[in-house]
Amino acid sequence: MSTSTENRVSQAGVGTSPQRPDGSMKVRGEFAYSSDLWHEDMLWGATLRSPHPYARITGIDIGAALALPGVYAVLTHADVPGVNRYGLEHADQPVLAEDVVRYQGEPVAVVAADHPETARRALERITVGYTVLEPVTDSEAAVAGEGAQLHPGGNVVRHVPIRKGDPAAAAEGAEVVVTGTYEVGMQDQAFLGPESGLAVPAEDGGVDLYVATQWLHVDQRQIVAALGLPEDKVRLTLGGVGGAFGGREDLSIQVHACLLALHTGKPVKMVYNREESFYGHVHRHPAVLHYEHGADRDGRLRYVRARIFLDGGAYASSTGAVVANAATLGVGPYDVPHAAVDCWGVYTNNPPCGAMRGFGAVQAAFAYESQMDKLADACGLDPVEVRTRNAMAEGTSMPTGQVVDSPAPVAELLRRLRAMPLPTEPGGELDLRRLPGGVSNTTHGEGVVRGVGYAVGIKNICFSEAFDDYSTARVRLQVVGGEPAATVHTAACEVGQGLVTVLQQIVRTELGVERVTIEPTDTTIGNAGSTSASRQTYVTGGAVRAACLKVRDALGALSPSDLGDKVLDETVEWRHRPTEELDPVTGQGNAHVQYGFAAHRAVVDVDTELGLVKVVALDCAQDVGKAMNPQAVLGQIQGGSAQGLGLAVMEEIQIAGGVIRNPSFTDYLIPTVLDMPPMNIDVLELADPHAPYGLRGVGEPPTISSTPAVVAAIRAATGRALDRVPVRPEHITGT
Amino acid sequence: MRLNVTVNGESKQADDVWAGESLLYVLRERLGLPGSKNACEQGECGSCTVYLDDVPVCSCLVAAGQTEGRRVRTVEGLADGDRLDPVQQSFVDNGAVQCGFCTPGLVVAAHDLLGRVPDPSDEEIREALAGNLCRCTGYEKILDAVRSAALATEGS
Ligand code: FES
Ligand code: FES
Repeated sequence: MSTSTENRVSQAGVGTSPQRPDGSMKVRGEFAYSSDLWHEDMLWGATLRSPHPYARITGIDIGAALALPGVYAVLTHADVPGVNRYGLEHADQPVLAEDVVRYQGEPVAVVAADHPETARRALERITVGYTVLEPVTDSEAAVAGEGAQLHPGGNVVRHVPIRKGDPAAAAEGAEVVVTGTYEVGMQDQAFLGPESGLAVPAEDGGVDLYVATQWLHVDQRQIVAALGLPEDKVRLTLGGVGGAFGGREDLSIQVHACLLALHTGKPVKMVYNREESFYGHVHRHPAVLHYEHGADRDGRLRYVRARIFLDGGAYASSTGAVVANAATLGVGPYDVPHAAVDCWGVYTNNPPCGAMRGFGAVQAAFAYESQMDKLADACGLDPVEVRTRNAMAEGTSMPTGQVVDSPAPVAELLRRLRAMPLPTEPGGELDLRRLPGGVSNTTHGEGVVRGVGYAVGIKNICFSEAFDDYSTARVRLQVVGGEPAATVHTAACEVGQGLVTVLQQIVRTELGVERVTIEPTDTTIGNAGSTSASRQTYVTGGAVRAACLKVRDALGALSPSDLGDKVLDETVEWRHRPTEELDPVTGQGNAHVQYGFAAHRAVVDVDTELGLVKVVALDCAQDVGKAMNPQAVLGQIQGGSAQGLGLAVMEEIQIAGGVIRNPSFTDYLIPTVLDMPPMNIDVLELADPHAPYGLRGVGEPPTISSTPAVVAAIRAATGRALDRVPVRPEHITGT
Repeated sequence: MRLNVTVNGESKQADDVWAGESLLYVLRERLGLPGSKNACEQGECGSCTVYLDDVPVCSCLVAAGQTEGRRVRTVEGLADGDRLDPVQQSFVDNGAVQCGFCTPGLVVAAHDLLGRVPDPSDEEIREALAGNLCRCTGYEKILDAVRSAALATEGS
């Protein structure tokens, strides 16, 4: 261990908020997103998609499309050289449809042409014969085995049961019982940067792909299988990513662009437009949740019973893991002695659903927090009091039997929220822009009532259920131009969250070197795992730190500036402590690595005549273990809270008979700057002794409690039951 | 058709422009200026905002042909060499940039606002930026950035 570096305190190390390394390029418009890539001689790819949610393909005629001048290739499933199946957990999704399409928007053929408009016209000239079939669209019916069987193993992707104690016996003695059925609509990640990438054929018969994704190595695994190529023939480099939020975990353009590039021998660029983006990635699972909570008269929980149905849509994607989250986190951050939770994820002919920020925990939280408010009502208790009485803490045993072995300050978060100042009631001179309906001038304050709501949520951080969750990092230290400089190489995807900044900070802290360069993110280094589950700072941060420690060992007593010509170069694979599988019958097991907690208080003004809602304040308290970069932590909390607000009052992909009715930003609304209120934020730093620097994943928890807090506030204002999100004006007016 | 347009002070020509191409497409794909972004191409997100003869427009909604002989200023034309425009600097300093896909449009919209209203109220900032979607930040730090850019511009 070196002594020379230890007393060098970096001004831009862990715990500070230095400038992002990509910030200046991004504000100048010079940062290269995957949709900005360009290559001499490149072609444009385009995708023909099924108009039907469920149909048999009777024939595909590509002749007229191929005959169009400027068209270089028209490919169907017959042109997929490897296995025409891919998927994150199960390879059940065709690269291009064969005899059946299972959702509206499923890719059937791809085209490469010299202009995007030519490619689009070529798509119009492909004739596909379909026999339309009756789609399966109801998840509870799918569990019951009704309707067509969409995949060989049946329509249940996964069922996770959790059994703790004896809920039936506990129910006998319960003094207060509250029940409810809740629904969560299908939310879209709505990242702004469309799916896009550039595939460049290489002289060795392979292909180089530049793409916006969340996990390069899992893309690579799926691409090589579909192309029938060895791994070293498909090399991936991360293109600039315009947001992700889970929506880039599954493949979009990856195999299609590579197929077209290999087929034509030319570079091929693909960029989805917004409408296609709605068809081109998975969404948040819509859910139906049946809950029963039993308690003593003083509000102390005795048992929870829940049955949760998640609609996975046409292909499995990550449904299995989403089901496990909704089940294991199904009672929320509470100490519940007896629990029986069942969660099913199913195949239907709705759009495929998979990862989105909060991943199963969002849906459960809307239901269990709605139940906690009902319980508070039934016991005549204040909603914060009922939550505090049941709050889990370090040492609590989860419904899975896992004993929480790091801080779990649920009660403290609620106490802090409550202590925050409330916004002043509207009064004095009214600014229309502060009222529901805003500048549409729908009210001058008449019919407007205010409500306050609280919610708290829980999320598992990192990958769970015995997954070998690791990251690889290479750190080099040398003297460049008379100054010590470090370079960091990983395959971890920066998607906007600021990982590149945090990795620089870690190196500065560990090596005492100010100049730290992050190398391009690619597959020439080992796997970093996914940018999801709020895990990259934990796992890739952990790997970079471990590599730095090895460099420091090699440095010995030297100071970095005394290295001379020597280059210290260390690569490590780093993993967090292992987790266990869930018992398939009882759901018992230490399945999760770490839990994250956030709580929100929402204040809303509601125009009860028109059903319009203005969120006036949305305050948050969250424990982050260690604020590695305080500015980025706040950015995650603000951005995550906004997405939760969106689900509460506006965001839903509307589906009718398997068909998306609103695939545009005209009809799928996300919060604007007028919808987001100012936020008070309280960040706790209670170190997790098992995690690097004591940190706790930050990105997801604020998305979870924001939705139920906003809905609780609307209920408080209106007295309406509101058992479905997003809340629509007619739910408030009752018309 | 051939298009003549002045972009960021330089006269530019693009050949073989199709009738249906937007100003955004021509900037990005024909003139090598991909800074303006293409998040919706329907006038809903503001990520493609540029100045057309000093007025901010969604360049995805402007047919390229309409810009013949006119002046366009994009996000690439805001900085003075190595020196960022105060609005750009303020976005970086205040953490208003995450993925950054919304940033070019927001920077142009905020630049326009501060050009017209040097000391805007919060309501004025919100109204001016209401056409620009950001999915990452929740807008708080974007508001901070515009407020502090207003102070910086005032001080200079
Ligand atoms: S791309 Fe022009 S407004 Fe969205
Ligand atoms: S920073 Fe990602 S959309 Fe605004």
